Amino acid sequence: MTPPAIVRAALRAGLDLIGVTDHNSAANAAAVLAAARGTPLKVLPGMEVQTKEEVHLVCLFARAGAALAWQEAVYRRLPPKDNEEAFFGAQLLLDARGRERRREKRLLLTSAALTVTEAVAEVLARGGLVIPAHVDRPAYSLIGMLGFLPPDLPVTALEVSRPENARQVAGDLAPQSRRLALVAASDAHTLADIGRCVTAFYLRSAALSEISRALRGAGGRKVVIEPFV
Amino acid sequence: MRLGLTVKAGRRGLDREVLAGYTADLLSDVMARAPRGALWVTLQTHENVVAVALLIEAAGVVITGGREPEEAACRRAESENIPLLTTPETTFAISGKLYALLGEKECLCAGSGPTCTSIPLCPLAQKRK
Repeated sequence: MTPPAIVRAALRAGLDLIGVTDHNSAANAAAVLAAARGTPLKVLPGMEVQTKEEVHLVCLFARAGAALAWQEAVYRRLPPKDNEEAFFGAQLLLDARGRERRREKRLLLTSAALTVTEAVAEVLARGGLVIPAHVDRPAYSLIGMLGFLPPDLPVTALEVSRPENARQVAGDLAPQSRRLALVAASDAHTLADIGRCVTAFYLRSAALSEISRALRGAGGRKVVIEPFV
Repeated sequence: MRLGLTVKAGRRGLDREVLAGYTADLLSDVMARAPRGALWVTLQTHENVVAVALLIEAAGVVITGGREPEEAACRRAESENIPLLTTPETTFAISGKLYALLGEKECLCAGSGPTCTSIPLCPLAQKRK
């Protein structure tokens, strides 16, 4: 999964907008942004942070700099352990052409010492968008780990990993009677997964602020989970 | 208390009898499977722990490994009278001690049938063997 290969796969899948959200890291986002320059593909930099509760949250930012600043905050909360390449694989940092720049030494495949509440508050304070990831799965999901959506958690959307699970999740959330958008995303870990499931955003432009408005349904904007393809 | 736990909140709920034990960190699993009246052993510290404890009518929650419940969890536990207890011990060690203590008790399932799992060392279960 090199930046140019990701861009090609996304374009081939007919996508207009993707997020790059490595586990506890945003170090490869700028390279994918650069690889997409001059193509119709828009790339949002971000991270999939793993909280203390082992909940995954997709964090998206308007600019790579903001994603990297958040990465610094997360890195400070990671345990002082080195990655064991034999177990977890190499944590490669690539450039826009897919060449290895260096390897991340610290272990990323773990939890940051941040609670869900803290992580959500901090991403919002940094102007980011935070969406609890794959809440329809039992593992590493907000609903799986914490049983239900904490009523006061200031999120506007939840992600499902399969479009056909959206109805069930929406039903489970109905008693909370709060406005929440559901989005579906591929959580692609391989090139073949890119575009596996998609969400249509009806926006004025492919900007993070527009996505936030669409999640709230502001001004006729909307999000629609596309049928399984 | 024989498990050497520290009470962090919900002291007024401490008179509840411990009918069983349950150990899990996936709150969705606890909601689905924990027996009523269990002392629930977990390392989760979120406020949702208190809501789940209420749902399963837990006798209390033991938070392991020296972790501290979040402030919101303590406030909620205080108002709901759900004891939040902490221990520096691991989940494994404290669950083992709880298991042994429960084994000393007469099982309250008394006659609830051969499927009783509420007490790990249910004397009836022993007899059935």
